[in-house]
Amino acid sequence: MNAPTTLVKFEEPSITEKNVLVIQHLFKSFGSNHVLVDFNLELKKGESVVVLGRSGSGKSVLIKCIIGLLQPDKGTIEMFGQNIPDLKYDGLDKIRAKVGFLFQSNALYDSMTVRENLEFPLRRHWIDVSQDETNKMVMEALEDVGLGHTVDMMPAELSGGMRKRIALARTLILKPEIILYDEPTTGLDSITAKEIINLMIEIQMKYSTTSLIISHDMNCVRTASNRVIMLIDGKCYASDTYLQLAKSTDEKIKQFFE
Amino acid sequence: MSLAINLKLFLDEAGSISKFTARFFKQWFKPRYEFSELWRQCFIIGYKSLPLVGLTAFIMGLVLTMQLRPSMLDYGVESQIPVIVGIAIIREIGPVITALIFAGKIGSSIGAELGSMKVTEQIDAMEVSGTNPFKYLVVTRVLASTFMLPVLVLLGDAISLYGSYLGVNIRSNTSFTLFWTQVFNSLSFSDVLPAFIKCYFFGFAVGIIGCYKGYNSRKGTEGVGSSANSAVVVSSVLIFVIDLLAVQITDALGIN
Repeated sequence: MNAPTTLVKFEEPSITEKNVLVIQHLFKSFGSNHVLVDFNLELKKGESVVVLGRSGSGKSVLIKCIIGLLQPDKGTIEMFGQNIPDLKYDGLDKIRAKVGFLFQSNALYDSMTVRENLEFPLRRHWIDVSQDETNKMVMEALEDVGLGHTVDMMPAELSGGMRKRIALARTLILKPEIILYDEPTTGLDSITAKEIINLMIEIQMKYSTTSLIISHDMNCVRTASNRVIMLIDGKCYASDTYLQLAKSTDEKIKQFFE
Repeated sequence: MSLAINLKLFLDEAGSISKFTARFFKQWFKPRYEFSELWRQCFIIGYKSLPLVGLTAFIMGLVLTMQLRPSMLDYGVESQIPVIVGIAIIREIGPVITALIFAGKIGSSIGAELGSMKVTEQIDAMEVSGTNPFKYLVVTRVLASTFMLPVLVLLGDAISLYGSYLGVNIRSNTSFTLFWTQVFNSLSFSDVLPAFIKCYFFGFAVGIIGCYKGYNSRKGTEGVGSSANSAVVVSSVLIFVIDLLAVQITDALGIN
């Protein structure tokens, strides 16, 4: 799947009423810095929700609490019917096998080839998978992001955009039901950013995944979302479609759309 | 900065290192065991350090012998050079110098590697990928450095003594058999065993400090550099402290 540089049309996915992620009364502080204050969110199956907020507003903290990398001070994060903060390592592992996470910095393992980077989560989560199956899945994930030819290259040999796409392929290899994107277009030029957004949309349409995107890139927000959540002062300040929020007269919301 | 603040910082750091070490002992018995990564680390930490350790050990043995020779000649005990060099290398110089070289090479590389993995979120990515990063990264590296340093010291001692043999033969003519017979006759288990055992502690210290510094690296490239640097400094100091404790213990046990 080669991503064109013009934005693809985001067809409305089949959103169901079933919640796959419910966050209630979430609090997280670092010392006296209260990052999340009574934050609430519901994510329905098939939805693509963007959490929009200023730098340092706690977007990355939120996504790390969801995947269990950070422990919230208070509140519940229910994913696939389980409360994430209550889970021990094994329980978290089972949930994480169904959730993809695209890191802001890509987080590709420098000492491994692209193939080994993609094989890593596969071998850790699905221990019994054969070498033939592994090869097939690696190539399929790489073809999905249009980078099949890079399979034996090292991450250092790739451009920033290619690394982002490889990281996306690594996220896809376990066929996740939910994909969490942490600032997917940060640090990329506008053309590459468009390619990544297109890829995210195509992946969502192809695999019917649910997406939670953390971003402050308005192009990404406009194109890749069914719904936008405004994270302001640690709270879910507003939740609506991009078009509705763009029409808002609220000063705090307006400054994002100006 | 006042003495009290410095003391508090020192105690904080010592407490954190102790907690990190306790976590290591808690984790290394628990499955899942990362044998393939442990094997890979043994290859990187042990085998790949051998050229450096071998070269420095060879030069050390050769130079020590050449420096000793004039004084030994003055006292008329030139024939005792293999004995003195053998005891000095096996008991003290071999383990300590090899451990310091090891701290410089492996301590800094572990500190920098884990530090850069930390700041580029690779450790988080590993956790999300169903891997316990502490077991995969820390336990394997600490075990590899603990088991590989004694092996390197043994090989380093042998190479160093060979350097000494060549040093002896620059100015005189001593047969290979005579040299090694003199060396082995002068050594007893109380020379070899404590020196060998303390190498495990040296290796452990280098591994645990390198991992601690890297794993707790502050954000940014400066943090990575500082982790690598302090890993070498702290583990080098620890090597001398362990050496001091080891000599006290062997002395108290009467095996000196």
